[in-house]
Amino acid sequence: MDPYVLKTLNEERRARRAAVLVTDLGDGRDRIVREGDRVAGDLGAAIANAFRTGISRSVEAEGRTFFLNAHLPRPRLVVVGAVHISQALGPMARIAGYPVEIIDPRTAFATPERFPNVALHAEWPEDVLKRAPLDSYTALAAVTHDPKIDDFALKAALDARCFYIGALGSRKTHAKRVERLLALGAGADQIARIHAPIGLDIGAASPAEIAVAVLAQTIHAFRSRGLEAKGAVA
Amino acid sequence: MDESIYLDEARDPLIIAEGWMKDGRDVAIATVVETWGSAPRPVGSHLVIDAEGNFHGSVSGGCVEGAVVTEAMDVIGSGKPKMLEFGVADETAWQVGLSCGGRIKVYVERLG
Repeated sequence: MDPYVLKTLNEERRARRAAVLVTDLGDGRDRIVREGDRVAGDLGAAIANAFRTGISRSVEAEGRTFFLNAHLPRPRLVVVGAVHISQALGPMARIAGYPVEIIDPRTAFATPERFPNVALHAEWPEDVLKRAPLDSYTALAAVTHDPKIDDFALKAALDARCFYIGALGSRKTHAKRVERLLALGAGADQIARIHAPIGLDIGAASPAEIAVAVLAQTIHAFRSRGLEAKGAVA
Repeated sequence: MDESIYLDEARDPLIIAEGWMKDGRDVAIATVVETWGSAPRPVGSHLVIDAEGNFHGSVSGGCVEGAVVTEAMDVIGSGKPKMLEFGVADETAWQVGLSCGGRIKVYVERLG
């Protein structure tokens, strides 16, 4: 392995950016491909697949054998709002493999008794996200209903290109939210990425069912990353 | 379950390999590149080895690491990568094997 390649790969991994290490198993030459880099042909298609699935494997392309080692940051879910939905969403998401952080400055909501075994911050999103910034391998669900708490986090999620952004509230509530986000400087195409009303439409009624809908939508967004451009995702 | 969203720098084989390299040590990196049947470590797993035989990480549940370390010393000496294949002990030329019944291919290369 090229020492510079190893150094670069570790830098990408430390920064929570996805990278695929491509090694030609015939001559040992290797290189780093970052998400969004263009690689032509069958090899390019296999690399795109590695980014989407996170699965490392050997592939035959151009008469050679390549090993693709996919290094994807661990996806995580940040929930703004220590509400009833979050109490169900926390454990469910963790079981599905998405570590969860819950943020809510309202100390009456954000109590360890209501949220055992989950990373909980009884602080404003502004403060928490300064310490641990959002990134494209983070999903954000804003479920407080309170613009003072949700709006900053939603704008930050748009700017960080979170792979999933959902906001609780009716279409009417969301229309007002869109106006506020536009006023904060978000673009209309950015705002269109927000899933609102939140969650897959499964007719969810209870807080726990809404949590299932949000988690399902998060997983769908993660597994279909990069497919939007090809029209494979509705 | 490891729930950290950040690298575990003290245990991450590739971070350790980079540290060894900075210390001026000769290093080999072994990578699981293919598995068949029940294999203890997934494709992409690493074992890193230095010229003294120190190692970190794993490519199996401890079944073949000894053999990989020995081969890695060769690779460090020659600079030529090797592809190793391990299966059930009595079905292959290797003295060591995977008691779980699986088969794995391990690519061993020198760093630098």
